[in-house]
Amino acid sequence: MRHIISLLMENEAGALSRVAGLFSARGYNIESLTVAPTEDETLSRMTIVTRGSDAVIEQIQKQLNKLIEVVAVVDLTDGDHLERELMLVKVRAQGEAREELKRMTDIFRGRIIDVSDKTYTIELTGAGSKLDSFLQAIDRNLILETVRTGASGIGRGDRILKL
Amino acid sequence: MELTGAEIAIKCLQEEGVEYVFGYPGGAVLFIYDALFNQEQVKHVLVRHEQAAVHAADGYSRSTDKVGVALVTSGPGVTNAITGIATAYMDSIPMVVISGQVSSSLIGEDAFQEVDAVGISRPCVKHNFLVKDAKDIASTLKKAFYLAKSGRPGPVLVDIPKDVSNQKAEYSYPATVNIRSYHPEKHGDVTQIKRAAQLLVEAKRPMIYAGGGVVLADAAKPLTDLVRLLGAPCTNTLMGLGGFPATDKQFVGMLGMHGTYEANMAMQNCDVLLAVGARFDDRVIGNVAHFGSVPRKIIHIDIDPASISKRVPVDVPIVGDVAHVLGDLLAVLHSSKQKPDAASLETWWKQIGEWRSRNSLKYKYSDEVIKPQYVIEKLYEITRGEAFVTSDVGQHQMFSAQYYKFDQPRRWINSGGLGTMGFGLPAAMGVQLAHPGATVACVTGEGSIQMNIQELSTCKQFRLPIKIIALNNRYLGMVRQWQEFFHGNRYSESYMDALPDFVKLAEAYGHVGIRIERPSDVEGALREAFARKDELVFLDFRTDPTENVFPMVPGGKGLSEVILAEDM
Ligand SMILES: Cc1ncc(C[n+]2csc(CCOP(=O)(O)OP(=O)(O)O)c2C)c(N)n1
Repeated sequence: MRHIISLLMENEAGALSRVAGLFSARGYNIESLTVAPTEDETLSRMTIVTRGSDAVIEQIQKQLNKLIEVVAVVDLTDGDHLERELMLVKVRAQGEAREELKRMTDIFRGRIIDVSDKTYTIELTGAGSKLDSFLQAIDRNLILETVRTGASGIGRGDRILKL
Repeated sequence: MELTGAEIAIKCLQEEGVEYVFGYPGGAVLFIYDALFNQEQVKHVLVRHEQAAVHAADGYSRSTDKVGVALVTSGPGVTNAITGIATAYMDSIPMVVISGQVSSSLIGEDAFQEVDAVGISRPCVKHNFLVKDAKDIASTLKKAFYLAKSGRPGPVLVDIPKDVSNQKAEYSYPATVNIRSYHPEKHGDVTQIKRAAQLLVEAKRPMIYAGGGVVLADAAKPLTDLVRLLGAPCTNTLMGLGGFPATDKQFVGMLGMHGTYEANMAMQNCDVLLAVGARFDDRVIGNVAHFGSVPRKIIHIDIDPASISKRVPVDVPIVGDVAHVLGDLLAVLHSSKQKPDAASLETWWKQIGEWRSRNSLKYKYSDEVIKPQYVIEKLYEITRGEAFVTSDVGQHQMFSAQYYKFDQPRRWINSGGLGTMGFGLPAAMGVQLAHPGATVACVTGEGSIQMNIQELSTCKQFRLPIKIIALNNRYLGMVRQWQEFFHGNRYSESYMDALPDFVKLAEAYGHVGIRIERPSDVEGALREAFARKDELVFLDFRTDPTENVFPMVPGGKGLSEVILAEDM
């Protein structure tokens, strides 16, 4: 099963490599990992998307909790949550494809943020699956470049991860 | 008070009550060595290889309950120390390793003797630090000692760049530490402890399986009380030996790959299993699926939540300090009206008695060739079971664990988790320094001893009267055994050719060496060696090159799928 694990950790050099090292050393899978400081600059917030059986996910959480710099860990997929990822796609946009790409971007509620006579750069946000669908919906041959941030997650309503 | 970083570091060690630092100097730690030179409280033990410094600090820690301390220089000093650090990490030994680093301005420039110490040690430390300013040294070392010792113990590395050790800063040692993300549980959950008590008194076939956590938590006393109260059989892991007295009638021996038949069978067939400070590792329970194929209730007490339900699902998890939880469990049992079921226990002990009668540690004594088991039996007799015994890794380690009956914790000192050949002699140095008058024996093989043989020189310098019991079978015996059993007798590279004359070697280092070739000389040689109270004696026992360790649960097999000596 796919899980989204959120953690708060000390905003210190080396903390990220401890987390990344833990995953590679223990053979856990990482689909994506994002990290940035929070409004409290002593803390960073990380979102890790991973896959594993319940036992593996339990171990991942326990092992993360053991890292001294990790302050709090939650599995967002345990309850209601939101997940967003940002993607930038550069596509070849010429002739009739130009119109078609604009239409698809609108349908997916994306925005064209850069235009040249041969290309569009499209910005799209959403759950990872929505970004996947967009890529499937447009002609593969038109895609020149994609860049994705990996998922960030947050609990719904009163579910709050804070110190 | 303004001091240099180096002076601050030494002050901190004094403040922590550190008696010995095991180390080796070099460019990046010159200021720290200078600060050491100017004081007497913290004594430095100059080893001959950094790996040995860390093992010595480790042996010192295992045989006491103190934090071991090692000091090494940057680059090769740190890389040499890594094996020792990983050894301590696998066995959860509290330790602080201070390493020198190249000067801050050179970091990242591939400077002379630069290695990313924090990076290279990361997977084998509990935590590590790079200190960037002398004003942070005191608070960092305070944290390092606290982290090393609290919770599940482990090694902590503190990397100090050379310029930082020479930088001046205001010194004051913090009285307390607060790490907001680190709060190890001391007390176990009361409801779970009550559930555990209930399961244990109602058990028909209870079994207690105690590991190194009992030794580390100094919980031998409450464990022993509990086992006696319950009337249940108790087994120890390789790391837990001495956690429960081996001569007690409720002790069924060590379990695991080379455990006794009765311990493994009781483990497999019990209906309620209490695991204390142990982690169900592969060398202990063999095949997980086979172990799980029998229904039983499992209660697991451990300080580390990640050890619980890691390999084997547990019914009653109790996270907490083993000594505290056992104390609470005892209190609940004492106040309960219900007593253990005597009739069921009797039937259970009858069954265990039958397993015991297989006498799985029996071996054939010989008049012609020295049997390694015999040497350990005699060692046990002659030292009256009171020695500190360190060991290397291989058959000799298993024979020691099987035939030396440890009645007290912290007497059996071996590298269980990492299985590090070369551990025994340096560890014995740490033990002997911690216990100056005590009898310290290092049981080793001719392979293992050569991995840190240079320490004979350190032993001379510091007058450490260790007794080295080399079971010299001319083979990397444990490797040879696996090749005999599982690789069609193809003894690929396991014969130790061109061995040195260990007697002359011992003499060359200024010690006493004795070669023993006949079984009838074993006892006399041991007596002579132990009578030489102030000398290191190297006993080179020429043992049977073909002897194997039994019982054996082959890798990947279940605990009841054991090979006994009588099967061969
Ligand atoms: C540093 C290291 N290298 C390799 C091994 C693999 N190994 C395990 S036991 C063993 C043989 C040890 O031989 P010896 O010290 O002579 O002891 P014996 O088994 O003969 O008693 C070896 C090579 C190890 N445990 N440690």
